Amino acid sequence: MSPPLEPHDYIGLSAAAPPTPTSSSSSSPSPAPRLTLRLGLPGSESPDRDGDCCEDVAAALSLGPLPAAPKAAAASAVVSAKRAFPDPAQRCPGAAKASANDKQQASPTAPPAAKAQVVGWPPVRNYRKNTLAASASKSKAPAEEAASGGGGPMYVKVSMDGAPYLRKVDIKMYSSYEDLSMALEKMFSCFITGQNGLHKSSSKDRLTNGSKVDALKDKEYVLTYEDKDADWMLVGDLPWDYFTSICRKLKIMRGSDAVGIGEIGAVHSTSYHINTSTNSAFY
Amino acid sequence: MGRGGSRAAPAAAAPPWHVLPDEVWEHAFSFLPADSDRGAAAAACRSWLRAERRSRRRLAVANCYAASPQDAVDRFPAVRAVEVKGKPHFADFGLVPPAWGAAAAPWVAAAADGWPLVEEISFKRMVVTDDCLEMIAASFRNFQVLRLVSCEGFSTAGLAAIAAGCRNLRELDLQENEIEDCSIHWLSLFPESFTSLVTLNFSCLEGDVNITVLERLVTRCRNLKTLKLNNAIPLDKLANLLRKAPQIVELGTGRFSADYHPDLFSKLEAAFAGCKSLRRLSGAWDAVPEYLPAFYCVCEGLTSLNLSYATVRGPELIKFISRCKNLQLLWVMDLIEDHGLAVVASSCNKLQELRVFPSAPFDAAEQVSLTERGLVDVSASCPMLESVLYFCRRMTNEALITIAKNRPNFTCFRLCIIEPHTPDYTTHQPLDAGFSAIVESCKGLRRLSVSGLLTDSVFKSIGAHADRLEMLSIAFAGNSDLGLHYILSGCKSLKKLEIRDCPFGDKPLLANAAKLETMRSLWMSTCSLTLGACRQLARKMPRLSVEVMNDPRRGCPLDSLTDESPVETLYVYRTIAGPRSDTPACVQIV
Repeated sequence: MSPPLEPHDYIGLSAAAPPTPTSSSSSSPSPAPRLTLRLGLPGSESPDRDGDCCEDVAAALSLGPLPAAPKAAAASAVVSAKRAFPDPAQRCPGAAKASANDKQQASPTAPPAAKAQVVGWPPVRNYRKNTLAASASKSKAPAEEAASGGGGPMYVKVSMDGAPYLRKVDIKMYSSYEDLSMALEKMFSCFITGQNGLHKSSSKDRLTNGSKVDALKDKEYVLTYEDKDADWMLVGDLPWDYFTSICRKLKIMRGSDAVGIGEIGAVHSTSYHINTSTNSAFY
Repeated sequence: MGRGGSRAAPAAAAPPWHVLPDEVWEHAFSFLPADSDRGAAAAACRSWLRAERRSRRRLAVANCYAASPQDAVDRFPAVRAVEVKGKPHFADFGLVPPAWGAAAAPWVAAAADGWPLVEEISFKRMVVTDDCLEMIAASFRNFQVLRLVSCEGFSTAGLAAIAAGCRNLRELDLQENEIEDCSIHWLSLFPESFTSLVTLNFSCLEGDVNITVLERLVTRCRNLKTLKLNNAIPLDKLANLLRKAPQIVELGTGRFSADYHPDLFSKLEAAFAGCKSLRRLSGAWDAVPEYLPAFYCVCEGLTSLNLSYATVRGPELIKFISRCKNLQLLWVMDLIEDHGLAVVASSCNKLQELRVFPSAPFDAAEQVSLTERGLVDVSASCPMLESVLYFCRRMTNEALITIAKNRPNFTCFRLCIIEPHTPDYTTHQPLDAGFSAIVESCKGLRRLSVSGLLTDSVFKSIGAHADRLEMLSIAFAGNSDLGLHYILSGCKSLKKLEIRDCPFGDKPLLANAAKLETMRSLWMSTCSLTLGACRQLARKMPRLSVEVMNDPRRGCPLDSLTDESPVETLYVYRTIAGPRSDTPACVQIV
């Protein structure tokens, strides 16, 4: 009854298929035969899943506004995002992320991901991914150099007083406080009407962003973070690498609210929340 | 159906059964436990339809777009408990565009209008806003149960409205939702006079919680049976809470880590010793192995243990689990490894459900020693095992055949071999033989997920043998249209089919179009479909909604594309409500 169907050999595999190169870093001494596995739409250009076409894969993994790169490979760089949106960050973050996610590709200069991560595979719920990423960073905190980026991306929530919604950033994608503050400024500048942007009052930033100090005299913002002990601290005191391992959340506070944070002593998180709850839009 | 019988019985005899009043039928139908049975009864005749639908109390809408909220309210006016599910399953893995739909607001609005006596509302994979929660709190005077699973769009402000407004709330169950933290002390909005809480689950909440308020709430709710905390509750406070609620049956510990202190350990141990009714345990995130023995006194009574977020490993973990001799449900991370599962196999003979999650799914370098051996051992020694979800990195046909032989009673078998296209690692053959054995042996199989290297022939077996299969998940498998054709032309009971990254094209879809109306939904992403076939399917089957989605980051005016254009994602579902009007730009109903 059903019309005859001609099986067309899409993948190029027959029943007795040669083995797929599973872990390119381990096992087979001689490279397994290259299979024309394609991720993405049929007929589109797609980076090979083998390790050889490094440049293609690296190019496809770069974030930012997407060119004609196939969905699967390009989206793989944001596979751990809560939503499959590219992060509006700059300067080869895709490469950094790829190296974070594929430790076996230990080349220090150009870290292409031989295992291009596919969106939504393995089928692990976003909630689980985020929870495990958070706990992985917590357990790696003590005294370990987190610069190697082990454990995957480290997403922290960024809230800002008066903003209607929060954002999430991967703090492992930045290499310094300046980086982070520039990115946050871009992200939240739309919430500051009539001003040029945010000013973080860490001493380092005052030196580098001297021009911005006087622009925001009446609306100074302070960047704070919540550490693993749930205390709110002023950003900027710690070495960057250590900071990324213990930062759990970021909050851009109005300068007037931030009195007592950091220098005088850590404010207990519960009482801090009580102070800001009156600012929240509730009834 | 009219009065067919001509029995002019004497006045003393009972009336013929077919003229019995509605109330009698309603009472009879109340003994039908399954909605499908009630549905079948309603289809028998008009008077049964009338009696059944007017007396239906519980309604489950498995696809929020299959019918409109008003349809549901009109048809079943007496509903007290409603459950609605929204986004397709693959939304859990980021494959559905963010603004796809599944808003809960129309359902809440319709319920507020047509079902004022509603007591229970459950939403799964839907967008629930704070406005929805406020409306729920304001509209239903006897509202008792709110269950939100994998939802998003609301914040602690919405929870505050529920706490403040629902005087008779019994259950607040928040499972794996994305909840924005507005730093609102929603817990303190439960009035002091409020004592009716039986279930409180806020494990997915990321913010801080006022512990004093929580303690007072727990103390005055003497019927509290389920308490699942988030990770903001330190270990010593957990001990205090347990002492105030020794009657609890289900506990989610949230965090379970602190530097080891013998005092704290004794405190915890004593607190657990007081919980004589504790049967279900979860949480233990970041658990410190030295604290696990504090659980020992409750192990014997545990029937359910969810350590799927616990990164603890090693002998303490295994010793702990081995003491739980009455476990029926065990969820763990693959850190338990094969030798741990061997211990589970010998200790937990009453096990019915096992789930093993990957600790490092994206990181092939950090390998744990969890292989097919673990699953073989457990399925050999646990005679009541019927549901499995297993993530591993290697598998053999022989192992699957052994598992199939040992456990023909599987109802749910989900195997995820992490690397796509992985063959049998000893023979390098596809895993067709193994999965075929599973479907041939497990006649009651209702849910199946396949993975690894698979050709069309496994789908031939599935199509032919999996008669009771209701849900099938396929990824990176098959080699031609035949694969999909086997499934759609077989699998008599199939309701949900989800496929990604398989070389299935237009022909089997169009050839089996009628099958799609017997199913709830079909998902196909990154296959070989063209827009023309989707259009043809939509024309042929007016009672299906054919949704086509392309990459949201590329502007996609689908109207202008030709029939030959490839389709990235297809989602087809049957509906009586016609095409929905809330699609975002990247989704089009053809």
